[in-house]
Amino acid sequence: MINKKVANVADALKGVEDGMTFMLGGFGLCGIPENAIDELVQLGIKDITCISNNAGVDDFGLGLLLQKHQIKKMISSYVGENDEFERQMLSGELEVELTPQGTLAEKCRAAQAGFPAFYTPAGYGTEVAEGKETREFDGKMYVLEPAFKADFAFVKAWKGDEAGNLIFKGTARNFNPCMCGAATITVAEVEELLPAGSLDPNQIHIPGIFVQRIFQGRKYEKRIEQRTVRQKA
Amino acid sequence: MLDKNGIAKRIAKEVKDGYYVNLGIGIPTLVANFVRDDISVEFQSENGVLGMGPFPFEGEEDADIINAGKQTITTLPGASFFDSATSFGMIRGQHVHLTILGAMEVAENGDIANWKIPGKMVKGMGGAMDLVASAENIIVAMMHTNRDGDSKLLKRCTLPLTGVGCVTKIVTNLAVLEVTDQGFKLLERAPGVSVEEIKNATEGRLVVDGDVPEMRI
Repeated sequence: MINKKVANVADALKGVEDGMTFMLGGFGLCGIPENAIDELVQLGIKDITCISNNAGVDDFGLGLLLQKHQIKKMISSYVGENDEFERQMLSGELEVELTPQGTLAEKCRAAQAGFPAFYTPAGYGTEVAEGKETREFDGKMYVLEPAFKADFAFVKAWKGDEAGNLIFKGTARNFNPCMCGAATITVAEVEELLPAGSLDPNQIHIPGIFVQRIFQGRKYEKRIEQRTVRQKA
Repeated sequence: MLDKNGIAKRIAKEVKDGYYVNLGIGIPTLVANFVRDDISVEFQSENGVLGMGPFPFEGEEDADIINAGKQTITTLPGASFFDSATSFGMIRGQHVHLTILGAMEVAENGDIANWKIPGKMVKGMGGAMDLVASAENIIVAMMHTNRDGDSKLLKRCTLPLTGVGCVTKIVTNLAVLEVTDQGFKLLERAPGVSVEEIKNATEGRLVVDGDVPEMRI
């Protein structure tokens, strides 16, 4: 067993620097690497590029990094829930590259799987395809999209073991598995970190080979963005 | 004239037995409430769930189980969770049978715009560009005109496009229309709405072929 366990979030984030590119898992606030984000805020590093489907809300998730003007550029598919984000974008302080959600996921997966680029129909004929190579296959048009390149991927899983194997829960899975192994260093934080041998190898979602560092998060707020319920009849 | 629930109710008739269906945010989400319960349908949410159920009972919300609108949801027997790349593999690979989404504008050639108003509103396209570029059966749910009374069914879209030539059907508060080579073909009128009213609210080419029936919902 190759042990990927590190003692805490500070050790897990060793080597992060100004100007780096980070991938961050999560959909909305669901399944975000809360502990890694808190540490990035504490470290105060600047001019970072974040690849993340969303940009958090004003006071949680990536919104915390936006508030302190640590982010230079965001690569996302949907950013509708964050006023500070919109303000920084419209004023030109923040560079934004909006990418179709499926393309965003596949650009991560391509980096993970060793593909330099791929063709997708998403965005053909729209401003997303401007300046990009297009090609026809079987009478349909496709856009060439390059794989992402990133220095760190920060992902969050439900359970993990010391070998770096990960299991996700519910829709908190989302982009997290796609980002594992898609950056130079993948840092996984988990709600529960177990000794190797504790997880059933049949149930592993992401094998430890895609993870360089794993730690148990200190706490998880797991904030709900839209609490929708029905009444008991 | 239909309200939002009426539009959703009419679209629910397009959902057939054995369909996997992706519902967008807004009116499309309401469609799930009106699908007949004697047919088998699974709803997909692109953040990674198939077999979406109703909202949870109060106190049973789980922050780890949400839909693409970030709302807390439940799952039904037979449901599954998966990652975002797999989710869009289902969509791009045309395994999802029907996509229902909202729009700001639709053009008579099937172009759709629903993600950006330059200088004013930039929320992003989310999964819409992947969905419209891949799905074979795309129904748009929207109001026929905007708040200023301007038509949303146009000759050409004026806003940045989400996809080209992809919309197959449109259900509005006034009508059901099909996108054809000749333009918007009027299939049904909403209860109490005349062909004349629909003509006046449609900027793009409207094809009226014989008597247009009133929709049954």
